[in-house]
Amino acid sequence: METSFAITGKGYVLVASDTTAARSIVKMKTDEDKIKVISPHLLMAYSGEPGDTIQFAEYVERNLRLFHIRNNYALRPSAAASWIRRSLAQSLRSRKPYSVNLMLGGFDVTTDTPHLYWVDYLGTMTEVPFGAHGYGAYFGLSLLDRYHNPEATLEEGIETLKRCINEVSKRLVVSPEKYKVKVVDKDGTREIEL
Amino acid sequence: MNSLTNRFSTTGPLSELKRAQALVENEEFSDSAWGSEAGFGSLAKGVPNFTVPSVPDPSAFLRLHTDDHADPNCRIKIQHGTTTLAFRFQGGVIVAVDSRATAGSYVASGTVKKVIEINPYLLGTMAGGAADCQYWETYLGIHCRLHELRNHERISVSAASKYLSNLVYSYKGMGLSMGTMICGWDKTGPAVFYVDSDGTRLKGDLFSVGSGSTFAYGVLDQGYRWDLTDEEAQELGRRSIYCCRTPRCLLWLTLEDGWKFIGNYDISKLHYDGPGETPGAGYGYDVRIERSTAAPVAVQA
Repeated sequence: METSFAITGKGYVLVASDTTAARSIVKMKTDEDKIKVISPHLLMAYSGEPGDTIQFAEYVERNLRLFHIRNNYALRPSAAASWIRRSLAQSLRSRKPYSVNLMLGGFDVTTDTPHLYWVDYLGTMTEVPFGAHGYGAYFGLSLLDRYHNPEATLEEGIETLKRCINEVSKRLVVSPEKYKVKVVDKDGTREIEL
Repeated sequence: MNSLTNRFSTTGPLSELKRAQALVENEEFSDSAWGSEAGFGSLAKGVPNFTVPSVPDPSAFLRLHTDDHADPNCRIKIQHGTTTLAFRFQGGVIVAVDSRATAGSYVASGTVKKVIEINPYLLGTMAGGAADCQYWETYLGIHCRLHELRNHERISVSAASKYLSNLVYSYKGMGLSMGTMICGWDKTGPAVFYVDSDGTRLKGDLFSVGSGSTFAYGVLDQGYRWDLTDEEAQELGRRSIYCCRTPRCLLWLTLEDGWKFIGNYDISKLHYDGPGETPGAGYGYDVRIERSTAAPVAVQA
């Protein structure tokens, strides 16, 4: 089942998402990238209703890109998160709402601080030190409550993330086999091989 | 006696014919349905009407033949017993489909073509609502041609599939039912995209869609390699469709200069004799086991 994790550390945010695209009991694809780089210092992991996820992610991506082109600077993570949350909240009151859950990891270059936002399809948004979506959240959140350290180095952060992934593989009946992990820090975004 | 039963029976081909003739004679289709009635509209011929199934309970009959019970918003019966597959390999794209069309438990046609030839370079497979797939993939063909005329360049498989996925996404939740693979060859080489009525669009090497897809995956995944030869790839396509117990198997191969139809295979022949002319080289389990047993066990009387 779809699972995503994200944790903050000292000067970075790590975002991980499984890579399966399933339809009923069949895995249609096992290397689907469900983390979008939506601006130079912002990552978005998305999950939820098939179809809605990619449409909403591309909508967000293009609007933030448009803002960047028009104003010659990118929105800071808090502003981008607010805009995205409001888009979801407006869609919730429409005839056909987007059923999409998000983890937004960003690095604010003006204050040199990492930010992580947990957003669900109802438009709930909260800034968190760590977060998770999907069935993996039931295992990962307690684990992170015990082991997460906001001052951890990137290596330590990756170790904590691996703990989450291993725990989910150990206990969840239908656990995803592969994850894609991306990190955002002062240098921008990049992918990490676990 | 026989003629008497025929005259009064409500089923059977003769009575079907009689009913159809009565329909034409009675002019149940009001003329107002066909156009102007000199300003009088439908008043000229009374209230417009439509035909209902001639069974005791028409609404129950219709419910039986739609997916109403599963999803009240979806009034279309999805096509059961369908298997379609497509995969990319070194020599192009193989597209293989079965050829059975069903309406509920009734086999409507055993020789349906579940591949829609969008244009000489693009193929679309058909699973789910036959009408939805046929209509929207033909519509996609129109827009691919318009793209060609406007840009003096063939549309990429990626763009064509995205066009379709955006289109079906705009109808999400309105009862469309289609699971399709858009296959073809463009500047990037062979390509396969999976598009369904949820709005999902996935790029990949190997897909199978339909209720028989799980069985097809079982054979396909095990036999799949990128560097399959053309002959091996065709064999893999046939074997994967064979395992879904369909009457016939249709095979296409997409190449750089457009797709070509490989053949229409009789599954029972594949079962006993395989695709070639050697008898006993069939795909069937019993045929295979018999082959591998050197001395066949004598049948007891």
